[in-house]
Amino acid sequence: MDLSSINPLLLLASLMVASTPILLAALGELVAERAGVLNLGVEGMMITGAACGIIFSALTGNAWVGFAGAALGGLLLSFLFAVLTQVLLSNQVATGLALTLFGLGLSALLGQSFADARPPAFPKLDMPILSDLPVLGPVLFRHDGMVYVGLLLVVAVWYFLTRTRAGLILRAVGENHEAAHALGYRVVLIRFGAIMFGGACAGLGGAYISLVRVPQWTEGMTAGAGWIALAIVVFAGWKPVRLLLGAYLFGGVTVLQLNLQAAGLAIPVEYLSMSPYVATILVLVILAAGRAPGSLGKTFHASR
Amino acid sequence: MKRRTLLKTGATAAFAAALGAPLRAQNAPMKVGFVYVGPINDGGWTQHHHHSAKEMVEHFGDAVELVYQESVPEGPDAERVMTQMCLQGCQIIFTTSFGFMDPTINVAAKFPDVKFEHATGYKTADNVSVYSARFYEGRAIQGHLAGNMTESNRVGYIASVPIPEVVRGINSAFIHARKVNPDVEFKIIWIFEWLNPAKEADAAKALIEQGCDVVLQHTDSTAPHAAAKEAGGVYTFGQAADMAEFAPMPRISSIIDNWAPYYIDRVQAAMDGTWESVNTWQGIGEGMVGIGEISSAVPDDIKAEAEAMRDAIAAGDYHPFTGPLSKQDGTQFLAEGEVADDGLLAGMNFYVEGIEGDIPS
Repeated sequence: MDLSSINPLLLLASLMVASTPILLAALGELVAERAGVLNLGVEGMMITGAACGIIFSALTGNAWVGFAGAALGGLLLSFLFAVLTQVLLSNQVATGLALTLFGLGLSALLGQSFADARPPAFPKLDMPILSDLPVLGPVLFRHDGMVYVGLLLVVAVWYFLTRTRAGLILRAVGENHEAAHALGYRVVLIRFGAIMFGGACAGLGGAYISLVRVPQWTEGMTAGAGWIALAIVVFAGWKPVRLLLGAYLFGGVTVLQLNLQAAGLAIPVEYLSMSPYVATILVLVILAAGRAPGSLGKTFHASR
Repeated sequence: MKRRTLLKTGATAAFAAALGAPLRAQNAPMKVGFVYVGPINDGGWTQHHHHSAKEMVEHFGDAVELVYQESVPEGPDAERVMTQMCLQGCQIIFTTSFGFMDPTINVAAKFPDVKFEHATGYKTADNVSVYSARFYEGRAIQGHLAGNMTESNRVGYIASVPIPEVVRGINSAFIHARKVNPDVEFKIIWIFEWLNPAKEADAAKALIEQGCDVVLQHTDSTAPHAAAKEAGGVYTFGQAADMAEFAPMPRISSIIDNWAPYYIDRVQAAMDGTWESVNTWQGIGEGMVGIGEISSAVPDDIKAEAEAMRDAIAAGDYHPFTGPLSKQDGTQFLAEGEVADDGLLAGMNFYVEGIEGDIPS
């Protein structure tokens, strides 16, 4: 065993990269669930985003266009979900599961001819003074742009939900859609917006895997990240800042366990492999999970 | 439709099928099934099986019809897929991953007339053959190159699922790396999957961050190569496929699976009615294991040594597991000059002396 071979600075830096896909997808789902919509199709929207990201960036040679295309792909898929659940009043759980299966198949079809495509290099930001700071520089300020987009989104969502009138309305819709309706708010319209924000975020998360973390297209490459994102939303008690903690914890322990394996730690590998899941559940449960939005997963129709 | 008419139609169809069967056997193409564990464009293991399957179809032309199913999970779902193929009329089915072993045996027992070929397993039956390639021969060459090329004396190894085939590969690579470089050490990460690009990339990054400047992989995607390329100055090897798009750096050589000649042989045997259950294990000599071109990043003398080793293995003059060799705990399992037999190799579940850590059970 040689724990000294683990460089804590590099570990912290890889943690931020490994957590970003889950963070983005979970953040989108959090907004949808705060509006009272349970969309189990995160995995499907992520993988579609991963495929769209490769396609758009390969065609244009620009990674940012790839991310925009991925957001669009995830958004379109979630629009389908919104129409089915909000207009045609289908069951949200069943529709979400179907969306995941659909997304997996659709992405395989879309990505078929892009298996050999190599996404364009996505430059790491070089911030004038910050990147050269002794310890913080390499850990915090030498990542690619999407890492910071993810962090900014967390702040934006937190501010929106807790400090703005629009956020209050969105939460009202999620807590009690009939009361919100009686007050004159357009429940369905607000939910459409929340669902599509969720889809776009999931798409971005998926594209981060295919454009930055791997970077290439392989069928099924999100490998369950969408389900982790869903779980983190619940364990974080539907709160954006705890969600950030949960995502970083999960990403961090994932990277840490690989490092511990490589360093030859004398703990059976099976325990190391399960450690990210156990650690995340434990910490977020100890922090005491929040209460689910009152109307979460319930079908709304104005006639009632 | 009334139930009685339905039954009648069903009976007629069954009758027609029974009548038609002998006719079809002569005229219609033979259906050949392939069950894949990953997508056919994974760039590695499954892609090469599919590529070989297509070469087989090209060889026979209209005489065979290819039926395949990709991304089949290892487990009960695989039985469903195989059963479906049998019911579709496949006469010979290739199941191309270790985890399909028990499902193959189970389904084969239900369809005694269908012939099964299972890759990399060890259970056979009257209608089940097993076939595999001696990848450890290629691993020996990778170990030789890794031991020579590393400057940090740390070699990373991304291991997939803890089965003898993978352990054998680690041992073979390690023995030959140590032979040329007594200071070399291996850092091994198990990811418990054959294909998971994100995890493979994370594992490669973790190894590189810990100072490994050579990364070997027993997983199917090219993600570790991309990670090595980004890091710079790290050497990798193509797995199952040449992965030449990453040559000359970071990919400096590769193990290429070539199943086509075997597939052609076996389908031919099934057509001729000479098919028998066999246990095939072929290596570099027979052409089932190919060594991808050693790239220009490797100095000429080391390249020449590696090629000499390849030729010696192909000719049968050299066996990668030649004694004296000891297990991790120091007990000798091969005496001076003794060569490992296939039984020992097939069940290899221990690390050789010098590797640190335990094999997950």
